[in-house]
Amino acid sequence: MKKLMLGNEALARGLYEGGCSFVSSYPGTPSTEITEFAAKYEDIYAEWAPNEKVAMESAFGACLSGKRSFCGMKHVGLNVAADPLFTISYTGVNAGMVIAVADDPAMHSSQNEQDSRHYAKASKMPMLEPSDSMEALEMTKLAFELSEKFDTPFLLKMCTRIAHSQSVVETGERVEVSKTYEKNPQKYIMMPGNAKLRHPIVEERTRALVEYAETATINRVEKGEDSSIGFITSSTSYQYLKEVFGDKYPVLKLGMIYPMPEKLLKDFANSVDRLVVVEELDGFIEDHCNNLGLNVEGKEIFSLIDELSQNKVAEKFGFETLCGAKLEDNIPNRPPVMCAGCPHRGLFYTLAKNKLTVMGDIGCYTLGAVPPLAAIDTTICMGASISGLHGFNKANGGESDSKTVAVIGDSTFMHSGMTGLVNIAYNSSNSTVIILDNSITGMTGHQQNPTTGFNLKGDPASKIDLEALCKAVGIARVRVVDPYNLAECDKVIKEELAVSEPSVIISRRPCALLKYVKYSKPLVVDPDKCKSCKMCMKIGCPAISMKNGKAVVDNTLCTGCGVCGQLCKFDALKAEED
Amino acid sequence: MKTKNVMIVGVGGQGSLLASKLLGKLLLTKGYDIKVSEVHGMSQRGGSVVTYVRFGDKVYSPVIDKGEADFIISFEMLEAARYTEYLKPDGKIITNTQQINPMPVITGAAEYPENLAEKIKAKGIDLIAFDALKLAEEAGSSKAVNIVLMGMLSKFFDFTEEEWQNAIETSVPPKFLELNKKAFKLGANA
Repeated sequence: MKKLMLGNEALARGLYEGGCSFVSSYPGTPSTEITEFAAKYEDIYAEWAPNEKVAMESAFGACLSGKRSFCGMKHVGLNVAADPLFTISYTGVNAGMVIAVADDPAMHSSQNEQDSRHYAKASKMPMLEPSDSMEALEMTKLAFELSEKFDTPFLLKMCTRIAHSQSVVETGERVEVSKTYEKNPQKYIMMPGNAKLRHPIVEERTRALVEYAETATINRVEKGEDSSIGFITSSTSYQYLKEVFGDKYPVLKLGMIYPMPEKLLKDFANSVDRLVVVEELDGFIEDHCNNLGLNVEGKEIFSLIDELSQNKVAEKFGFETLCGAKLEDNIPNRPPVMCAGCPHRGLFYTLAKNKLTVMGDIGCYTLGAVPPLAAIDTTICMGASISGLHGFNKANGGESDSKTVAVIGDSTFMHSGMTGLVNIAYNSSNSTVIILDNSITGMTGHQQNPTTGFNLKGDPASKIDLEALCKAVGIARVRVVDPYNLAECDKVIKEELAVSEPSVIISRRPCALLKYVKYSKPLVVDPDKCKSCKMCMKIGCPAISMKNGKAVVDNTLCTGCGVCGQLCKFDALKAEED
Repeated sequence: MKTKNVMIVGVGGQGSLLASKLLGKLLLTKGYDIKVSEVHGMSQRGGSVVTYVRFGDKVYSPVIDKGEADFIISFEMLEAARYTEYLKPDGKIITNTQQINPMPVITGAAEYPENLAEKIKAKGIDLIAFDALKLAEEAGSSKAVNIVLMGMLSKFFDFTEEEWQNAIETSVPPKFLELNKKAFKLGANA
């Protein structure tokens, strides 16, 4: 049956049809929906793990036990899971194991533009790369088969435009796969003596995979009418190329990006006058061609930066591209903002007001960095706020202790903030950590996590007690504040920065977009009382704006959180009366 | 058939994903090859959001580039103005006249340009600007702006009302079906 599916949904369908029984992932744009869709199949057990390393190790355990398994993550998540990645490449699998990694060229929702294909080569783990939803489904199934045939986990590389594009797929039936676990210390215990025996097997496996790549149907030559140019490409780049040239020039489309074939590439190179590689980000295919001694063009034509598009490809080959009319007016940007009623707003206002140095982290609250709040000093990766704060304070010999804080969300704290907090306690820095507990993983679209009390399927689950956890690692001072209460936030933050021991402040209030959150009545402005001081504009709430010199509240957006009202010295912002 | 391109633009949270989902379902029943590209994550938080819908005999690229859109469906006036470069010379913009101030306007760092509809028309662009929000509220919910806009778009597509209604039925929750059917009619008759 033909269906329109997101790349991520099609990949999940491939998990189902491919007989996958176990899925463990951590959410991350653009990979999140794979696991959400997988969880809809009754034959698949699916869970959110606290982080990608735990997810990958759990999926490995599942494959070891004899069930086909999967974990999915965004590109930077693979950095977190790199430790198991490199070693399960040595052990290989029992039942098949597939790992999806979703890159984000153009950084639609990411902190860097890394090209995860390098991980395949570095860990010597084979990688497939689909170019639309149908291929995402088929390659997932193929990856399970090849995983068992070649005794290695398989990487499946997605990117934003494949993961978040819907295209037509035809679905099939599920296969059931189950193997028994047998003890095999030489294969599964990676201590030096055994690992030394496994490494040559990995190299031999790669040679066998190169042989496979020479004739695999996923690496295909599409004939063209004009062999003055031949293109080598994969993933979305293939789509942009075909959009521009159709069937004019021969194309070698690589579905397996690691390891790559040798003879196939050489033969293709010999069949065309000019050889051009079209790929996003790094010259990964191009490097391989260079290693084979092929005369190839790639990154001298195409940028190392950003996504490609059909126009970007066309322009490099002398095509004139159209462009519609542009208005003379300056069109103001519309950057993403914290939602009206966002519990982070009051907390960030307090940090900005106290002119604190703020070590930020990854989540919706990274938006605390944008004006007018502009409260964040640094954002690196999951968990870096807490460990960064420790280093900042230690290196400053106490100078910065009372002026610097870390902010981290509940899910990010579970992911990799806890170990940083252990370090603060153990190596005793006088640091103040603020956990922004909005009871959900917000940015990626409301996924449950160990602090919410629910699992991926929405069923009740063990709920981590954040206060008890912080105390247990050795933080004696743990305070809880309501971020809607500005006076309380200000008081508690000042107190905790003043004391000479580490502390944790939990800023607790559920995300305003959660369905169970009840809104209060919208606030209204009394125009007679409004003195146009713009104090209420300092919190950057999308529901407040100035009209004819007076503040106005958009009552379709306002959730009645009341934070703006607390800032008004003239009592002009009040809850609407009946 | 040559690939047709429909761009759906708006402000994160306005419901543009449902519009593209509906359009995708309809086009699938008509046997087209289709690609629909969405934006998730960070930019959804009140930012400028773009969805691309492409259909034809064979669709390769998932995105629409500058100068390629046959239609731009805009949920907000400033967003209609932002993407005019993506329109084909003979393309059409259908926009809701609602204005939503972006943060630089709210903070006073920038101004919301005036008379955008006139300025777009002055560029020789075929523009339909109407108050879709008002019609959505008339249908029963401000959230039905997406379906009102689809109603307006339906005037320029060769599909029957029944085909559109079927697509609505499979895209919205049953309890909002009547509301959305009404919203669609109001858009189609506007």
